[in-house]
Amino acid sequence: MSSLEAAPAPVAWQPAEGGLRTGLGAAQENARRQFAAWTDREVAPFAGEWDRAGATPRSVIERMAAEGFLGAVVPAELGGTGWDAVTFGLLNEELGRGCSSIRSLVTVHSMACHAIARWGSRAQKEAWLPAMARGERIGAFGLSEPEVGSDAGAIGTTAELDGDAYVLRGTKKWTTYGQIADVLLCFAKADGKPLAMLVDLHAPGVTVEPLTVHGTRASMVAQITFDGVRVPKSDRLAGPGFGLGVALSVLELGRYSVACGCVGILRACLDASASYAATRVQGGSVIGLHQLVQAMLADMATDWRAARLLCLHAGWLRDQNDPDAAREVFHAKYFASTAATRAALSAVQIHGANGLTDDYPVERLLRDSRVMEIIEGSTQIQQVTLGRWEVERGASDGVKTAQAQAGGAVGHATSRQVGAGASTQAPGLSG
Amino acid sequence: MEPKQQIREFLSRFIRDHQLADDEDIFATGYVNSMFAMQLVQFVETTFGIAVESEDLEIDNFRTVDAIAALVGRKQGAAV
Repeated sequence: MSSLEAAPAPVAWQPAEGGLRTGLGAAQENARRQFAAWTDREVAPFAGEWDRAGATPRSVIERMAAEGFLGAVVPAELGGTGWDAVTFGLLNEELGRGCSSIRSLVTVHSMACHAIARWGSRAQKEAWLPAMARGERIGAFGLSEPEVGSDAGAIGTTAELDGDAYVLRGTKKWTTYGQIADVLLCFAKADGKPLAMLVDLHAPGVTVEPLTVHGTRASMVAQITFDGVRVPKSDRLAGPGFGLGVALSVLELGRYSVACGCVGILRACLDASASYAATRVQGGSVIGLHQLVQAMLADMATDWRAARLLCLHAGWLRDQNDPDAAREVFHAKYFASTAATRAALSAVQIHGANGLTDDYPVERLLRDSRVMEIIEGSTQIQQVTLGRWEVERGASDGVKTAQAQAGGAVGHATSRQVGAGASTQAPGLSG
Repeated sequence: MEPKQQIREFLSRFIRDHQLADDEDIFATGYVNSMFAMQLVQFVETTFGIAVESEDLEIDNFRTVDAIAALVGRKQGAAV
């Protein structure tokens, strides 16, 4: 898989995947097929087992690293595969179809890698990224705390400068893969302002406690406590005042990853439900002939297509460094995560009582889909953010209209009032 | 256009009805939020062709028009 950079063979015409033509380039379509085949072979058959065990086997992580998945956002010159955003999205989509926990590993590890690649010094990049791309060091994202979720500006973890090191005190909660992570992209306050730092989770003073969650159960969530942990000043990623900005920029990648993962959940719900509806016989016919079942399948199939196109659009914008990418990622995540929940609910309904057992994958898909509406910005945070942007746009358009009507003599008070209301809240967190 | 003028023009998109002095604290105006800080970094990088790295992510480097222009000058000078 890591040979994707080599010029791919042209893709011969084939029926569009799921009937959806997406305009993917040959390299991207080849990559998607490889991701799909890998997921079918290495992930989907075992996802239920990992879920029940509440853990991801180390051997799976090693195979992911060998395929280049853990270096997906690491530049090639630092040992990564450096895939474009669309290809990264396709990886998340296919892995998400098989197992949301495995996809979550790619999400949080890539968030840590991305922060270092984007904001790190040369020394930090060389110290961390090659080993992270090889999977020898696992990264995680540490923003949420026991009392701090969506209001990221209120973090209570502190970093007090003492000579050439910061002394870190506080607790991070809901840290995805925190049980096995080696380095945490951690946010703490210094002199009352958030900074970002890379914390070695094997350092003295770090305590990692496993947490039990009932969605993405194999994602090895942890609570991490820092009791006077000394973090070298050279491991600081962003000074006081820039930590939250780094968090928000990294969360955008995470949000995109989760949105694409939700497309995978949608497809898994659809595939399981279509198969079940076509074979489950009740009253002398397969239940797929019942129109109320068909209605649920129709909604699922349409939502999958819509979510996929929103994610691809957001990915294309990210690849072009388009400033609208941030907004489109919000749209993609909002739609895909809520659609995934709808699809999972319908999938369980179609399966009846069977859908509530672990003999079928849909109960896991339902538990996992609920997580997606909470992490990387809850559904409500997405709604507030998207709604506020529309109000800002409306206010701006209103000013332009008024200016046109008044010959340009109108000020900007309305738009400024709305713009100033733009919150310093982080749009939600997952770890 | 001189760097300070480019910086002023960028900032005027966010701080619309206030005449910002070159030595005035941008973050104390109440007009901007945390995401703005990263937009400002992105603007500085793309406009002036420099790379802002972790050691540059200090609020004092971005607090005023004067400070931003000084950072740009240092980074451009270092790159020559």
